[in-house]
Amino acid sequence: MLVGKQSWIFQQHPVIAATGVSGGPFEANGHLAEDFDILHDDLWMGQDSYEKAQRVLIEEAIQTVMQKGNIQKEDVQFLIAGDLINQITPTSFAARTAQIPYFGLFGACSTSMEGLALASFMVNYKGAKNVLTGASSHNAATEKQFRYPTEYGGQKPPTAQWTATGAGVALVTDKKNGENLPYTTSATIGKVIDMGLTDPFNMGGAMAPAAADTITAHLKDLQLEPSHYDLIVTGDLARVGRETVLDLLETNGLKMDPNRFLDCGLMLYKEDQPVQAGGSGAGCSAIVLYGHLLNQMKKGIYKRILLVATGALLSPLSFQQGESIPCIAHAVSIEI
Amino acid sequence: MGNKKQKKTPEQQQYEQLQQKHETKRPIFKNCLKAFFVGGFICTIGQAISYFYIYFFNFTEQTAGNPTVATMIFLAMLMTGFGFYDRIGQFAGAGSAVPITGFGNAVISAAIEHRTEGFVLGVGGNMFKLAGSVILFGVFAAFVVALIKTLLIMWGVI
Repeated sequence: MLVGKQSWIFQQHPVIAATGVSGGPFEANGHLAEDFDILHDDLWMGQDSYEKAQRVLIEEAIQTVMQKGNIQKEDVQFLIAGDLINQITPTSFAARTAQIPYFGLFGACSTSMEGLALASFMVNYKGAKNVLTGASSHNAATEKQFRYPTEYGGQKPPTAQWTATGAGVALVTDKKNGENLPYTTSATIGKVIDMGLTDPFNMGGAMAPAAADTITAHLKDLQLEPSHYDLIVTGDLARVGRETVLDLLETNGLKMDPNRFLDCGLMLYKEDQPVQAGGSGAGCSAIVLYGHLLNQMKKGIYKRILLVATGALLSPLSFQQGESIPCIAHAVSIEI
Repeated sequence: MGNKKQKKTPEQQQYEQLQQKHETKRPIFKNCLKAFFVGGFICTIGQAISYFYIYFFNFTEQTAGNPTVATMIFLAMLMTGFGFYDRIGQFAGAGSAVPITGFGNAVISAAIEHRTEGFVLGVGGNMFKLAGSVILFGVFAAFVVALIKTLLIMWGVI
């Protein structure tokens, strides 16, 4: 049901019945290693290109989620997923393997919540019984496309971020087994915001206004206070973006508790890993939510969270042509 | 960049200021020191190799340049292939980018990266995508300097 200007409430409470999360070697050394289902110790994942490696990550995540959810591909109506690579080929190629009717999404790093919002909407209104949704990224494949070759010795500034290697896929279903499973309750779809920043090595700073706008819109549409949520988690703003968004929200009259305002990009890696400002990438928020945060919810640590995935909608061409970086954020609230 | 001509709205300018407060600044002084010492170290190695060719082979100070450059690039290639050079680059910045080894790294890293697209379209087509502009503008700058020198000699200034 539409509430306010840009939000949906899911009265039927679509359930996130299972998740599958795969990751690479850098993530295996990170903070959340134990929340992964599959970890690779090789960035190539046994393939001969990084793009194929990313496809493998998605395939594995899909396979895992179907095993854990105890469901066959014939019973899954749709797959809604995307990634950062040109024409989202890794995801589409994984969908070729999965043989599930497929919606390809591009929302840059906001894809994870764009997908979860759409999947929840479908399930809530009986457009589907079971939907798989997810997002992925691969560090080397993304760097190759957006920045420099992997082995190029350019110095990255402290505002740069590290693209996560991994895929996170969730099974959204209408079945309520009465078990201790998280469910989605609402979603807010963001609009594209461009505050004129042009530095592709400072994505957090560019994306912060989009996150602030979506959070403000969400709380206004649903008439909530920030304290309604145990945790508000942004996708991949990292250090610079997180501090900026806290500032922006305060000017919007929303006082956040910094201890309950986290960022996936800051949770994924350890302090001593050379990720500059923090993690990023379409896989980042998918991994952290479907791996770590839902596990925490099942353990009873959090009851109600809002995940705000942020995406920078630039391309290498648009940046070279001197265009600023338009950004977007989508929010989904999850309860248990 | 190109859109500096494009006027930013007051709102955007205001945000830029707010954002800059939170931006982690590059430690410029520290970076300069690191670049100075690492760059100096690489040049010292180059000098040693140059002396090596002069003392052990039949090279003079004028002709030792070519084999020295080739050796340095070869070393940079090994370091790039084994995955060290990008780490040195992150530490040293311009210190490892400006010497000839940085040029080698730019060529070789692109060649390795695009090996997956084949030898012709991948390696051949992309090898100079970073270093190409260095070659183009380097050659052009050399041409301009040579032209100036020629004119000065013709006019009898030097």
